[in-house]
Amino acid sequence: MTRRVVVVGYGMAGARLVEEIRRRDPAGARVHVTVLGEERHPAYNRVLLSAVVGGSMTPDAVRLPRPAGVAPRLGTAVRAVDRAARRVLLADGSTVDYDVLVLATGSRPWVPPTEGLTGDDGELSAGVAAFRTLDDCERILAQARPGAPVAVLGGGLLGLEAARGLATRGCRVTVIHPVGNLMERQLDPAAGRVLARILTGFGIELRLGVLAAGYLRGDGLKLDDGSLVPAELVVVSAGVLPRTELAEAAGLAVDRGVLVDDELCTNDPRVHAIGDCARHPGTVAGLVQPAWEQAAVLADLVTGADPAARYLGTPVVTRLKARDVDLAALGEVHTGPDDTEAEVLCLQDTVGGRYGKLVIRDGQITGAIMLGLPDAAATVTQLYDRGVPAPSDRIALLLGRSGAPTAHSPADLPASALICRCNTVTKGQLVTAWRAGKRDVAGLAESTRATTGCGSCRDTVRGIAEWLAATS
Amino acid sequence: MADTHCPYCALQCGMRLTGAEVAPREFPTNRGGLCQKGWTAGTLLTSAARLTTPLVRTGGELRPASWAAALDLVAGTITRLRAEHGPDSVAVFGGGGLTNEKAYLLGKFARVALGTAQIDYNGRFCMSSAAAAGLRAFGVDRGLPFPVTDLADADAVLLVGANPAETMPPFMQHLTAARDAGGLIVVDPRRTPTAEQATLHLQPAPGTDLALALGILHAAVAGGHLRTDYLAARTTGFDAAWRIAAGAWPERVERITGVSAADQRAAAELLARADRAYVLTARGAEQHATGTDTVGAWINLALALGLPGRAGSGYGCLTGQGNGQGGREHGQKADQLPGYRRIDDPAARAHVAGVWGVAPESLPGPGRSAYELLDALGTETGPRALLVFGSNVGVSAPAAARVADRLSTVDLLVVADVVLSETAARADVVLPVTQWAEEDGTMTNLEGRILLRRKAIDPPEGVRTDLAVLHDLAVRLGQPPDRFPAEAEPVFDELRRASAGGPADYAGISYHRLRAGEALHWPVPTAEHPGTPRMFLSSFAHPDGRARFVPVDHTGPAEPPDADFPLQATTGRVLQHYQSGAQTRLVAELTAAVGEAFVEVHPDTARRAGLADGDAALVSSRRGTVRARVRHVPTLRPDLVFVPFHFPDEQRANLITNTALDPTSRMPEFKVCAVRIDRAEART
Repeated sequence: MTRRVVVVGYGMAGARLVEEIRRRDPAGARVHVTVLGEERHPAYNRVLLSAVVGGSMTPDAVRLPRPAGVAPRLGTAVRAVDRAARRVLLADGSTVDYDVLVLATGSRPWVPPTEGLTGDDGELSAGVAAFRTLDDCERILAQARPGAPVAVLGGGLLGLEAARGLATRGCRVTVIHPVGNLMERQLDPAAGRVLARILTGFGIELRLGVLAAGYLRGDGLKLDDGSLVPAELVVVSAGVLPRTELAEAAGLAVDRGVLVDDELCTNDPRVHAIGDCARHPGTVAGLVQPAWEQAAVLADLVTGADPAARYLGTPVVTRLKARDVDLAALGEVHTGPDDTEAEVLCLQDTVGGRYGKLVIRDGQITGAIMLGLPDAAATVTQLYDRGVPAPSDRIALLLGRSGAPTAHSPADLPASALICRCNTVTKGQLVTAWRAGKRDVAGLAESTRATTGCGSCRDTVRGIAEWLAATS
Repeated sequence: MADTHCPYCALQCGMRLTGAEVAPREFPTNRGGLCQKGWTAGTLLTSAARLTTPLVRTGGELRPASWAAALDLVAGTITRLRAEHGPDSVAVFGGGGLTNEKAYLLGKFARVALGTAQIDYNGRFCMSSAAAAGLRAFGVDRGLPFPVTDLADADAVLLVGANPAETMPPFMQHLTAARDAGGLIVVDPRRTPTAEQATLHLQPAPGTDLALALGILHAAVAGGHLRTDYLAARTTGFDAAWRIAAGAWPERVERITGVSAADQRAAAELLARADRAYVLTARGAEQHATGTDTVGAWINLALALGLPGRAGSGYGCLTGQGNGQGGREHGQKADQLPGYRRIDDPAARAHVAGVWGVAPESLPGPGRSAYELLDALGTETGPRALLVFGSNVGVSAPAAARVADRLSTVDLLVVADVVLSETAARADVVLPVTQWAEEDGTMTNLEGRILLRRKAIDPPEGVRTDLAVLHDLAVRLGQPPDRFPAEAEPVFDELRRASAGGPADYAGISYHRLRAGEALHWPVPTAEHPGTPRMFLSSFAHPDGRARFVPVDHTGPAEPPDADFPLQATTGRVLQHYQSGAQTRLVAELTAAVGEAFVEVHPDTARRAGLADGDAALVSSRRGTVRARVRHVPTLRPDLVFVPFHFPDEQRANLITNTALDPTSRMPEFKVCAVRIDRAEART
């Protein structure tokens, strides 16, 4: 008999789960899937919303693949879960029975209690938009004309991505952040300062260490230092909260997320949770990578493809997706160079917009910040994810490929240096041939076959001939 | 003095032979260049290692025998096995170095004289993934669907898993313009001599090339470089492919591949902004259990940028073996009949059976793929005899120790070769055959151009051509003598008729036209047809004329590293040697340059294993251990080692390689497996 799996939520996690289930059970022989999505839109890639705001992607381009053989029920809100009856109750009064229930309800934006941001109904006021859904993007883009003043509330990862996207569109962007340091969870103060300088260079104004005190439509945001940030549009990106109401009402264990174990099981063995609404000790919420890894494990379990599959956590790597800003941060970023237990390297180039930090314990990278160092970001992340020890040349690791190797003069090359790879001809052989009377490239080629393959060593061979002529 | 072509790779460099002396010759593919292998190719013509008499195993040893005795023994054993166990008890293994005539006659010999479905060849280990992906995307597979010289006008060339600076050095001349324009992009986990010349070297973790292709496609779309006009007019299926690539934003791909998001974007920009751009793949992309999909992902990128079928741009596969192209067209492949026809296509069977003068229903169906064939040898349902032509499977197949075991279980192993290869040394019967300069035959080079390689010198006494061997065996097996001509030109004329109307149509090509110096790229359907140097300019080969995007996703290597085998190994070639090295290891000048297996290791990794540069090391996987000398290479990833595959016995790289097969192409995963490295304590 097929298991009836009901997935509540059709966002990044829910859609991925359905796709992973269908990959393991293409014909639906083992699992019958019902997906209930609250939004009207088909599932889309939330990670790319900053690209939509920035203008490099259309809303249509960020839709997720539609899994074959599953028709998601869109615009369908779930009102309650009856665990005893193994049934979910929908807003329209109908019910769906389940053998396995998966909560993938995600998270919602947290709106600071700033006066005027929300109306009496609790909805965002006119001129205020969250940055969480495609509908949010549409609202933002409707007002993001070039030259328009826009305030972004929140200098965390998402806030900065939105700010950069809006600045790319020509908006006059101000970021308001209550802490004195941008992305303070992922960056140490020095890195935050370098990042601030980079963003300022893109025309983004930063108001750090201040709180928004009130929003006045038509004027903008009043800050608690008494100043006013003019804004036709306020984008709220001050963090998210897991959506756990359904789980709580159903009596499931919740503590800043639906608590799950390594089988992504809640305290009810028939109910699972994945993605932003779930809380597993091995990772943090709000990122797509853990959600997708959880979806793969849960698909293994519910289809029986791999009953031994377990989710053991995801190491978190923060990667800012903002045009012309290359920032990656991972692990313990706040450990300072004076820490006696760890090996800490720091490299700061404020004017050049580069900052690098490595924290190493027992030869393994345990923390890193790489700003403006794309090669290091890529390499360090691989070493961190794969548990490969850091190379002994730590500085080279931070610098990545720093310029081309310097060209050698013929005099500096050892006699054993390979000049013509195609024919295995060394400098020594060329010198011998030259001394035997082969004074030009043609003669040296005839004698040694150098240059007769791909020909790319011709200049080097000529250089050796000239050097020999000049020095003898 | 005779004009000919090099006996090694698919570039088929022009050369001139005076006796056994080689000199380079001006030809479009090599522009007068030759690598060290080419320069020294004449050595084997006069080598003392040359086989000149048949050998038959008696009393456990190979001893000289007469041709009649050897062939009688082979035919007699085959006849007995067929009677006792049916036609599939005899298998045939061919090679991508064989001429078109040999490949054709070998396939016919298997299907008609032996009646066996059990035939495949070593091209399965080379180009099969690119072939499968090309068929899927374009409806036909010709390595380069344009002359190689077109590359010389490119502003940007993306080379994926290709190291031509070592594998076909004179080819690098065609990349000079792209390099000088700052548009040479090389994808390779190692910093190869080719990568050193690149404007942009993308160094992905092995087995993550598909993800990288998705990331670059994503970057191209985000950068506004999608050629929507071209997509609408000339392709189908972009949307489904994009839905997957949409989930591969560069920062995510960076985490999978280790290639920075910035470099992915730079690659997309370089390709998209070029007026003339090419995407070329080779073994690095293809030799994976996901090789077909990986090549498909790079083709998707090329299609998204509107390159294939546009004059001055395109996608191509760099074929490896000398006749890797022709060898995959004329019927030595398990699922194929001449003219690149499918053996399960009733119309194709009827046409070819008509040319062969047999009933269509007498032709067997598709057989096992190369590794599956070798792995089945001597088993309950597997073949009990194997005839090998132009291949050294004991060195070149994956999990070489297991393959060697299988070879030892058959009732009869016959090897036709020029020298006593490692496989020949295990045979029951060894048949000495002619080589390149001693026989006539055609080769189809990497650009689909058919070349006539004429006999330049007489073979040594006692040596016969492969065609003569097939003729002699067929006659002994009861076939009419004229069904298996022993001369090349009549075989080619028959091949023309068999290929007529097929995708690889040679009908209009004749020795006469080739002798006259015509540059003929297939298809050439009639004697008046000028050939097809550039394919796809007006339409692709699918019935609707469109190229197809294929939705492909990254899954990663079949064998991820773990605590027991924490490193990854990849395999490949060095400049001085060719394939299993059976030929090149007999050339003193080449072995003086590189004479034994080595393993490239990052100095940090080597130090942790207690390995100094030059130490003997053991590289072990779940399947075996290869012995190799350590080379410290600081540009290597610390979790990767590299072993070349040209060396025999305990130095065989394929002792460790993974037998996981691509579901479509049946290509083994040569390019990545999990290993550990240790000191070889004894005999250092």
